[in-house]
Amino acid sequence: MLKFKNITKNFDGPEGKVTALNEVSFSVSPGEFLAVRGPSGCGKTTLLLTAGALLRPGAGQVSLDGQDPYVLNPEMRSRMRASMIGFVFQQFHLIPYLTVRQNIMAPSLALPSKEAAQRARELVSSFGLDDRADHIPAQLSTGQRQRTALARALLNKPKIILADEPTGNLDEDNADIVFDYLDKYVSDGGCVLLVTHDVRAAAHATKTVQMSQGRIIE
Amino acid sequence: MKIWHMLVREMLHRWRSFAIGNFAVIVAIGSLTAALTSLKVHDIHTHKILTAKEEETEKKMAILKDEMRKATLKLKFNLLILPKKQNIRDLHMKGYPSEYMPEEYVTRVANSGIILVRHFLPTLQQRIKWPEKKRTITLVGTRGETPNLQKSPREPLVQPVPLETIVLGYGLHQSLGLEVGDNVTLLGREFTIHKCYEERGSEDDFTAWIHLSQAQELLDKKGLINAILALECLCQGAEGLLGEIRKKIEQILPNTQVIEQGTKALARAEARGTVALEAKAAVERERQHRAEMRSEREFFAAVLVPLIMVACAVWIGLLAFNNVCARKTEIGIQRAMGFRARQIMFLFLSKYLIIGLLGGLFGIFVGLGFGRWLGLTLEENTKVITVAGDLLNPGLFLLVMVTAPVLTVISGWLPTVVAIRQDPAEALREK
Repeated sequence: MLKFKNITKNFDGPEGKVTALNEVSFSVSPGEFLAVRGPSGCGKTTLLLTAGALLRPGAGQVSLDGQDPYVLNPEMRSRMRASMIGFVFQQFHLIPYLTVRQNIMAPSLALPSKEAAQRARELVSSFGLDDRADHIPAQLSTGQRQRTALARALLNKPKIILADEPTGNLDEDNADIVFDYLDKYVSDGGCVLLVTHDVRAAAHATKTVQMSQGRIIE
Repeated sequence: MKIWHMLVREMLHRWRSFAIGNFAVIVAIGSLTAALTSLKVHDIHTHKILTAKEEETEKKMAILKDEMRKATLKLKFNLLILPKKQNIRDLHMKGYPSEYMPEEYVTRVANSGIILVRHFLPTLQQRIKWPEKKRTITLVGTRGETPNLQKSPREPLVQPVPLETIVLGYGLHQSLGLEVGDNVTLLGREFTIHKCYEERGSEDDFTAWIHLSQAQELLDKKGLINAILALECLCQGAEGLLGEIRKKIEQILPNTQVIEQGTKALARAEARGTVALEAKAAVERERQHRAEMRSEREFFAAVLVPLIMVACAVWIGLLAFNNVCARKTEIGIQRAMGFRARQIMFLFLSKYLIIGLLGGLFGIFVGLGFGRWLGLTLEENTKVITVAGDLLNPGLFLLVMVTAPVLTVISGWLPTVVAIRQDPAEALREK
């Protein structure tokens, strides 16, 4: 599903060039839950954004469902993101002025479908957000916010979920709930690439790799 | 959910920013509308002032014209037909003509078909010594008017003096202690006093009138006269007719000349003509003064309004930049969800379009009210109330409703471009 082949990404920093990804290669297939662990600043988020067709690598090749997103024009790349990828972030990144229901529905604006409203209702129910459906994010607990973000990531039935420290701001119970949902998604045939420094991720992942200074350490 | 739901929710969520944006548009459009409205108030007042002045002038001129007509009518003797040989200077020096022409001229001219003169009065005048009374008087022989046969008959303006009677001017009957009915002898012939005139303050006070035929006998001028007074020539009050009448009379009576009589009336008419010209000039001066005032205000508005509009455009632009910065992560996540650039652009530019339309709509009414107040204050004429409804016209409405959204969309364009070009990865990497 997702393949990284010798991906390198450098940034210009105040003290010269910084290598965020250094010839990184790995792959994630449907039904796989890959956890990438490592300390802060090791390049985990850069890896995730590169995988999400949001950050063009300096070298190497990314393949999403057999297609390199970076050879597509921006319009096609947006379409690919809308149809294939679901993002979950540590800060949730919910749209502050939309209700829970509207936040979950938001991806349907990028990829309209007749079933979106029905699908959103199902997700609201399955994530236990019925009584919060018409609340805005500021009125939710952190656990409810992350569940909303996860439900939003699942609206367009993506082939892969890219999760950046999704449990970083959650207590243990809420973190377990999130992991349970991700497990279920994987067992339904999806694949997950999760970057985290949370040691509990290993218990849910089908595969865990360690990252350090931009390199994957198996 | 539709994208405009998102748009409306965002505007409601950031209502303060939305309200400030609208306020900026209201200020910009309000100043534009106020400037145009105050100019319109000025134009309306100018029109009212000039119309009132013109009406007042017309009324005054109508009164003057009527007075002139009446004055001309009262004078009655407007033209004097004299023998061609008569020296006019000599006439004025002596006070009566010294040359003679046939009495038959009166009949000729009366039957000639000239339509611009109603009556002709033949006279024979001479300054004589009244030996019986030891006075120097002007003796006038007159037989009454010969009507113009081409005109409808009218009451004669001057009654003839009956034979064997005499009419005396004020100075004569007063100084001689004479009354109507007394008998007097003039040049050896006895006359009964037919009428004694009231004081006229002119040569008439020392004039005696007798019948023409008897005057001709007494002065030994049988069949002769020395002047024909043409009456009611200028009754229509048109000075331009004088030349025409003179020309026609001189054609009918080639051995005569025609001079004006009653120059006071003509002088008065000329004076009133001058007054009329001055009144028109005053209106024109007022018009020029108003045009200069308008020009000054136009200049002021032409400088101030663009400045305000540019300031407001910058203000809206800064608000838009602020909005883009505040929504950096939101834009990032929208891009991550697959939102296309044109959708992001729609979300931003639609907002500025709505701000422009809404602010423009409020700005019109604020500007109309302020412009009306400003216009009335500048005019210093609160009596002339201009209804705000008169000031709103479809052209202004259209101008504002196009200008306001264009202003806001232009102001928001650059921040929108920044928004769609910003790197979503950069926004999402910030924790």
